[in-house]
Amino acid sequence: MGKTLYEKIVDAHLVDSIGEDLLLYIDRHLIHEVTTPQAFAGLDEKNRKVRRPDLTFGTMDHSISTRSLALDACGPQNALQLNTLAVNCARHGIELYPVGHKNQGIVHVIGPQLGLIQPGMTVVCGDSHTATHGAFGALAFGIGTSQVEHVLATQTLKQSRAKNMRVSIEGKLGLGVTAKDIILAIIGKIGHAGATGHVIEYAGSAIRSLSMEERMTVCNMSIEAGAKAGLIAPDETTYAYIKGKEFAPSGENWDKALSFWHTLFSDDDAKFDTLVKLKAEDIAPQITWGTNPGQVVAVTEAVPSPDDFADPIVKASAIKALKYMALEPGQKLTDVDVSHVFIGSCTNSRIEDLRAAAAVAKQGKVKDSVTAIVVPGSVAVKEQAEAEALDKIFIDAGFEWRLPGCSMCLGMNDDVLNEGDRCASTSNRNFEGRQGRGARTHLVSPEMAAAAAIEGRFTDARRFKS
Amino acid sequence: MSGISQISGRAAPLDQANVDTDQIIPKQFLTGVTRSGYGKHLFHDWRYLDKNESVLNPDFSLNQGVHKGATILLTRENFGCGSSREHAPWALADYGFEAIIAVSFADIFYGNCINNQLLPIALSSAQVQALFEAVSASPDLEISIDLPEQTINFDDTSFNFDIAEHHKHNLIKGLDAIGQTLELDSKISAFEGKRQIWL
Repeated sequence: MGKTLYEKIVDAHLVDSIGEDLLLYIDRHLIHEVTTPQAFAGLDEKNRKVRRPDLTFGTMDHSISTRSLALDACGPQNALQLNTLAVNCARHGIELYPVGHKNQGIVHVIGPQLGLIQPGMTVVCGDSHTATHGAFGALAFGIGTSQVEHVLATQTLKQSRAKNMRVSIEGKLGLGVTAKDIILAIIGKIGHAGATGHVIEYAGSAIRSLSMEERMTVCNMSIEAGAKAGLIAPDETTYAYIKGKEFAPSGENWDKALSFWHTLFSDDDAKFDTLVKLKAEDIAPQITWGTNPGQVVAVTEAVPSPDDFADPIVKASAIKALKYMALEPGQKLTDVDVSHVFIGSCTNSRIEDLRAAAAVAKQGKVKDSVTAIVVPGSVAVKEQAEAEALDKIFIDAGFEWRLPGCSMCLGMNDDVLNEGDRCASTSNRNFEGRQGRGARTHLVSPEMAAAAAIEGRFTDARRFKS
Repeated sequence: MSGISQISGRAAPLDQANVDTDQIIPKQFLTGVTRSGYGKHLFHDWRYLDKNESVLNPDFSLNQGVHKGATILLTRENFGCGSSREHAPWALADYGFEAIIAVSFADIFYGNCINNQLLPIALSSAQVQALFEAVSASPDLEISIDLPEQTINFDDTSFNFDIAEHHKHNLIKGLDAIGQTLELDSKISAFEGKRQIWL
């Protein structure tokens, strides 16, 4: 019987197997300041060393300021964590891109941008949005700090085999419908835990037609459907993106790599445990109304009633979410005012995201009642945007133009909302308190976020498309 | 790490689905560089009425007299969804929980629990419902968990639970996972010898 892409990658990385327990070799280990200090301390306690510093790459992203390059700009505790990463990387010979370095940025933005991520690789990071890198046909997933320590010490990780889910999206997306809308629609359909225990492979003509950055947006939120990882088989779009990047293979190695990459697809007779299908034409711009990413509707739809859900647990979640979000069943989100707009995060902070948001931003001004910030995903994205004068468009429209980092996606720095604030956010989680205690987060695409900034309330961003 | 075998005590009910890691331990407490001291911030937004953690929320179940000192957390579907932060199991264990009983767990969180000697037990919705009802009827109900036998016992009831053999083995023995893998050094080196040159 044939193999899925996931099974091919797992089998190619098997160092050992003991029953259901697989020991996988890890090709790339990305690290950042928040989930590594305890791992390095654990190595020190046992006098262990980092096995493959050459396969490990670090950056600073979560707890840094987006207004200042000073490591202590967000307080001594954040500075301690950032300096600890710098010391640990220096001691163990790990390449680090600290604040101020040209390669610095959100870990899931810089990995692809540098060509570090390639088809068929295993990629891990102490961050659940590591799923992003599945866009390259790499098996990429988030791990905890104990596992970070395990990978640092052994360059391997113990894993159980996941189930296989294929999500097929056929057809052509409508004008103004984005990759963010695709993934939110998928999560809305299968639910916030719909893919638990699975690796998702995204397939179909609508996925094939996406750019690499769009594919990253889709794979990024695989974790919001509960999946271990998300994958898209590599194709010409993938190879063209990687070619010429700093860490991409070149010369003879490029040809060898390419011939291997051509083997990376699910066989026709591969077995998927779960199949999900969506039609691209049915997807409209999405907005979350609740406190998990599965609580989402199209901008053209009203907020649902708890009575719409038969499952008592789902119904109870809806009641709690509506209360927290201060929304009524049947209410139209296009009647709801926003106080804040955040354009950024590992989901939507790449150059194409900023171009799309700027195309809307140049058609108006941010409402006086709204605070809107744009946080590019990396130094390279910021420089590219400035070369295209996108920063000027944003600033002229009344957006703040910030330094790269994770920023308000989780607010480990000072980009935090207050109780009762309502934010149109291009990030990935609308959990209670995620962007600030008592703050309300609605997940949307960059176009929808920019349009909300201009209107002061949610609106169908397709109005801004000509 | 010492192993775990028998756990007994009272259960604190947290009657909601999709409890995410941002709720278990919010981001402002992730700036530490050690593994300890997270218990006081567990469920911060729900447990305290103020940001300084000086006023307890009397409506939150963990704050209610009989549930103080509980060693088992009882909850619903998809517990621990969201981020990979291991601070979540660190906070739960530091608070005093030794086991979590839920209908289901998010994958990364489940693995993080295993790596921290915190026992995650998934039961059916009906079994979890029965436990909620039993704890509601007698909040000081004594529940005992036998990991080697894979059973949960309370009143005259006994439920069996599933756990992967290697997880169970590691929890009972309290094994050093890294130390075990390092014993496979020759296999890792052999694999490295076969890796493609461009990697």
